[in-house]
Amino acid sequence: MSKPRVAIFDFACCEGCQLQVVNLEEELLDVLSVVTPVEWREAMSEQSEEYDIAIIEGSITRPEDEERVKKIRERAKILIALGACATTGGVNKLKNNFGMDEVRTIVYGKDAAMPHLNTMPTKSVAEVVKVDYMVHGCPINNKEFTYIVRCLVMGKQPVIPNYPVCVECKMRGNVCRYEYGEICLGPVTRAGCNAPCPSAGFWCFGCRGYVDDPNVQAAREVMDKYGKTVEDLKSRLLLFGSKQEHTDE
Amino acid sequence: MSKTVDIHVHHITRVEGHGNIRLRAEDGKVLQCEWQVPEAPRFFEAMVLGRSYEDIQTIVSRICGICSVTHTFAAIKAIEDAMGITVSEQCDKLRMLLHYSEQMESHSLHVGYLVAPDLLGVKSVVPLVASHPEVVKKVIKLHRIGNQWMEAIGGRMTHPVTVKPGGFASLPTEKYLRELKATLTECIPDLKAVAEVVLSLAGKLPAFERPTEYVALVDSPRAYSFYHGGIGTTDSDEIVRPQEFERVANEYVSPQSTAKWCKWHRESYMVGALARFNLNAEQLLPLAAATAKMFGLKKGCCNPYMNNVAQVVELVQVIEHSLQLIDELLTAGIKPELAKSTPREGEGAGAVEAPRGILFHRYAFDKKGNCVKANCCIPTNQNHANIQKDFEALVPQFLGESQDDIRLKMEMLVRAYDPCISCSTHFLNVEFV
Repeated sequence: MSKPRVAIFDFACCEGCQLQVVNLEEELLDVLSVVTPVEWREAMSEQSEEYDIAIIEGSITRPEDEERVKKIRERAKILIALGACATTGGVNKLKNNFGMDEVRTIVYGKDAAMPHLNTMPTKSVAEVVKVDYMVHGCPINNKEFTYIVRCLVMGKQPVIPNYPVCVECKMRGNVCRYEYGEICLGPVTRAGCNAPCPSAGFWCFGCRGYVDDPNVQAAREVMDKYGKTVEDLKSRLLLFGSKQEHTDE
Repeated sequence: MSKTVDIHVHHITRVEGHGNIRLRAEDGKVLQCEWQVPEAPRFFEAMVLGRSYEDIQTIVSRICGICSVTHTFAAIKAIEDAMGITVSEQCDKLRMLLHYSEQMESHSLHVGYLVAPDLLGVKSVVPLVASHPEVVKKVIKLHRIGNQWMEAIGGRMTHPVTVKPGGFASLPTEKYLRELKATLTECIPDLKAVAEVVLSLAGKLPAFERPTEYVALVDSPRAYSFYHGGIGTTDSDEIVRPQEFERVANEYVSPQSTAKWCKWHRESYMVGALARFNLNAEQLLPLAAATAKMFGLKKGCCNPYMNNVAQVVELVQVIEHSLQLIDELLTAGIKPELAKSTPREGEGAGAVEAPRGILFHRYAFDKKGNCVKANCCIPTNQNHANIQKDFEALVPQFLGESQDDIRLKMEMLVRAYDPCISCSTHFLNVEFV
């Protein structure tokens, strides 16, 4: 197989996940030895309409962006959603807890009625087009990114963890954040990050999204055991899980 | 002979976020000359409403991947201001040390990966790997050091998690600080080598000057400031408290571009490395001062392209000051102080220098500590009008050149500001022509 042509596109996001690709440092040179980058606006001036793999970063928040991502999907053989904004909508979905007129007024005040301020409720990429692979996280774990690229180049299916962050957190020997009286989203959040946040003394805030079948009942029991309420849990779930299945359960 | 110039750069490359350049000229007359921003607005000031003061920095850090540490600190300083929370000297020094890792990572990325291709006449850093392998390896090394340093103290590479209201969630060990000291000491020769390569190419930076106002944090005579102090300007001796930042930024809607712009004493001002240098050059440490001298960079410089050079000077400054901070922390010994805070009703503001310029956040909280008001004023927004005014002065000066040369100069100008357009919580979505 000749080297696949890869294009990276960004929508509404902080571009921190592209940064994690740059942060591969020397390893990025290895990645570039197995794929040919043909478009990557943040890093290079070349542009192309011919690519095999499209990598999409960011959420879809405007009708014109919805059209653009559909065009990209038509051209790409494989489409990868890069990072939480693309995979689940990420923090951008916090906006969906408000009315669109309301958010415009909050941010732009008297200018809110200007026509070019159009925004729609945030969508993940998968809510607009078919996504073949997801690189979860905010930001992504760049080791997982290279693993997925490696699998694709070798024609293998990547295996993404479908167990909660608690598993990885325990393996690192951390004391549970609930023992500190905190609300941690480890019990329902998809692993694969190696629990960097609890390992650094901070609760998991759920940036990788839910495991496929989160044990909601067990999460309730944890809340009861530590004297917390489901409302406490929900308040933190909203950060990366607004308007998603399970958040309201 | 009639000459038509028609430049439309849609989504300029090698910058963070989306921006367009539009220039039309005929027979030496400029018909349209605009810097436009079509970035999708993200509405962060609405997104934080109702959220706990403990979750604010987790959300607003996501305004920007490349200035996530700075956004975290602007939020934390504003929250602590609102709730009357004070932190220890150790916490203060560790925060500065963490903040420097971002300056190191961002400046080396900007100068090495985004600007250098223009100076060497290529379209990206990729061909430079083959043509200039030694210097590319050094840039990668500096960038990696910045990132690993951020991860070690911030808990994560990009979007730090150890920074909480009232202090740190976990602390670096003394052993780590000794290792960091060795790493930073050892990378100074690499940094000098990179600076010499930039110096050999500095002649490629266009000779263009336009006097303007420069705005940056000032903490004189204490230090060349990135983290402490008030808001200073080259147009007056006044130092404005961060709590009054709206009086500095004066955000307004321009009838010409409809993107929110800022102005203070004149029609535009500039923030970033050159602004910090123009306000704080006397406080540079010896190696950084020597680097500025090597480039002939002097206080009062008003060539915006020299912002790239000021970033190289700051890379040296950041390492020198970090080595001092590490020595002070090691002499005092790391004490096991972790973050503590209790919410209270109040409003506060924070000002911190992002790699690309001064950043302001303001929040108000109810008595449970839930956010009821937010406002973020972003460096690139503050530079917006200045980029436009530079375009208006630059284009007539170089209109005799070929269209490709004019376009390159305009693109290089935008890149020199190291814009971070994703940060643009205020940017309007503009559809042009």
